[in-house]
Amino acid sequence: MTESLFFFFASLTLLCAVMVVISKNPVYSVIFLILTFFTISAHYILLNAQFLAAVNIIVYAGAIMVLFLFVLMFINTGKNVEGTIKQNVLAKIAGTVAGGLLFTVLVAALKDVTLGNPDPATFNSQVGMVENLGKVLFTKYMLPFQLVAVLFLVSMVGAVMIGKREAGEQNF
Amino acid sequence: MDSVVLIYKGIYILAIFGISLLIATYSTYFERKIAAFIQDRVGPNRAGPMGLLQPLADAGKLFFKEEFIPAKANKVLFILGPGIAMLVAAMSSAVIPFGDTLILGETTFDLIAIDVNIGVLYIFGVVSLGVYGLMIGGWASNNKFSLLGAIRAASQNISYELAMGLSLIAVLMLSGSLSLKVIAEQQAGFNWNIWYQPLGFLIFLICAFAETNRTPFDLPESEAELIGGYHTEYSSMKLGMYLFAEYINIFVVSAVMATLYFGAYNFPFMDNLRNAFDDPVLGNNVVTILGVGVMFAKIFAFIFFFMWVRWTLPRFRYDQLMKLGWNILIPLAILNILLTGGGILLYDYFTKG
Repeated sequence: MTESLFFFFASLTLLCAVMVVISKNPVYSVIFLILTFFTISAHYILLNAQFLAAVNIIVYAGAIMVLFLFVLMFINTGKNVEGTIKQNVLAKIAGTVAGGLLFTVLVAALKDVTLGNPDPATFNSQVGMVENLGKVLFTKYMLPFQLVAVLFLVSMVGAVMIGKREAGEQNF
Repeated sequence: MDSVVLIYKGIYILAIFGISLLIATYSTYFERKIAAFIQDRVGPNRAGPMGLLQPLADAGKLFFKEEFIPAKANKVLFILGPGIAMLVAAMSSAVIPFGDTLILGETTFDLIAIDVNIGVLYIFGVVSLGVYGLMIGGWASNNKFSLLGAIRAASQNISYELAMGLSLIAVLMLSGSLSLKVIAEQQAGFNWNIWYQPLGFLIFLICAFAETNRTPFDLPESEAELIGGYHTEYSSMKLGMYLFAEYINIFVVSAVMATLYFGAYNFPFMDNLRNAFDDPVLGNNVVTILGVGVMFAKIFAFIFFFMWVRWTLPRFRYDQLMKLGWNILIPLAILNILLTGGGILLYDYFTKG
C-alpha cells in the first residue's frame, strides 16, 4: 500500500516538475510548481513527517508561490516569449552539453550511495512529529536555529531599506 | 470493527460537507434578511413562506443563466478559478471537532472527521491556498479590473495571514498542542481560551474578516472602484461558486473561532449534567448532543456577527488596510505572544514553586 502510494506520488512529482520546465506559459509553470509542492508534501506524510508537510504547503504553496504569481501577472508574460530571446544553434548545443554534464555528475554521485537502512530496533517512527522536531531544534540545533533567525532579520531589514522612501521622493 | 469506523467516517465527512453547503446556502438568505432588518426593509418574502425558498430560487436562476467566457480569456484557468475557490473552502472543515464522543453499544464515535495532530497548521495551510482561486480567476479573465481585484486579494490575504498566524501562536503556547481536538478538550466547562486571550481573539477576528474578504475589508471586489473586482467577467454558476465559497469560508472561520477561543462544544456545568445521569453512557451521549447544539449556536452567533458588521461599518481605504495589517496588528500580535509567555512563566512560578 505505502509502496504503491510512493510510486504514484513519485511519478506525479516528476511529471509536474517536468511540466514546470516545458510549459510555454509562465503562469502554467507556477501552477505546476504548486502541484509539485503538494506531491512533495504527500511524500513527507508518507515519511510520517506531518509538520514538514504542513509547513511546506503554508510557506511555499501558500506564500512564496502567491508572490511569484503576483509578479508574473504584473509583467504581462505569455506573449512572444519565443521571439524575444534569440535562440541560436550554438546556445542550444551549449545548453545540451551543460545539462548532460550535470546529469553525469548526478549519476556519478548517486551511483556509490549506500542507502542507510534504519535499524528497526532503535528507529523512532515519531521523530517527525511536531513535539520531537521542536525539542531537537531548541536543544541540539539551538545555535544554527538562532543564526537562521538573525539571517532572516538581516534580509528583512535589507528589503525595508531598499523599499524605503528617500528624502524628497514622491510616490503615491 | 475497522470497516465500521471507515463507514462511519465516510458518512460523517459527507454529513459535514452537506451541513457546510446547507449553512452556506441559507447564509445568503439570512444575510439579506438581516440587511433588510438593519435598513428597515422587508427583505426576500416571495419564494415560499417568509421567503425561505429564496436560496433555491437564486441557485435555479444562476444555473439557467448564460455561461459566458470572454473572448481573450484563458479558458482552462477561467473555469479552474471558481473550482479551486470552492474546493479549498470545503476542505477546511475536516479537522474541526463539532462534538465530543458518542457511545453506541461497544463502539465510541469521535465527532471529528480526521483527527490529525497538526490540525491548526492544516487549517492555516488550507486558508492560505484560498487566494489561488481568486488570483487565477482574476488573471484568466483578461480584464484590468479583474486583475487589480486579484492582486488586491493576494496582497491582503498575505498581509493578514501573518498577523493571524502570530495570534494563533499565543493559543498554541497555552494549549501545547496543534490538534484542534485537544484544544477543544482543554476548554472543558467554562474554561474557555477567550478569558486568557482577549487580545489574541480580537486580532484573530479582524484577520478572519480580512481573510474571508468581508466588509470592512472587501477591497478585492470593491464595486465603487473596481466594478466587481476579480469576478467582474464571471456569470452564471461560476459567479455563484465564488459567492458560495465566500459563505463557506465564513462558516469555517466561525467554527475555527468557536473552537479556538469559545470552547468548541463545551458549555458551563456540563460535568454536573453528565453526573446527574445514573447511566454514564447515557449522560455522555446527552452532553455530547447538547454540545453539538452549543457548537452550532456559537457558529451561528459568529455568522450573525459577520453580517451585522457588514451592514454597519464602511469599507477601509487600501492604504489604511495595509497600515492596519502591518503597523498595528502584527506588532500587537507579537506583544500578545510576549504577554502570554510572561503570564505562563509567572503562573508556573507561583503555582509550581
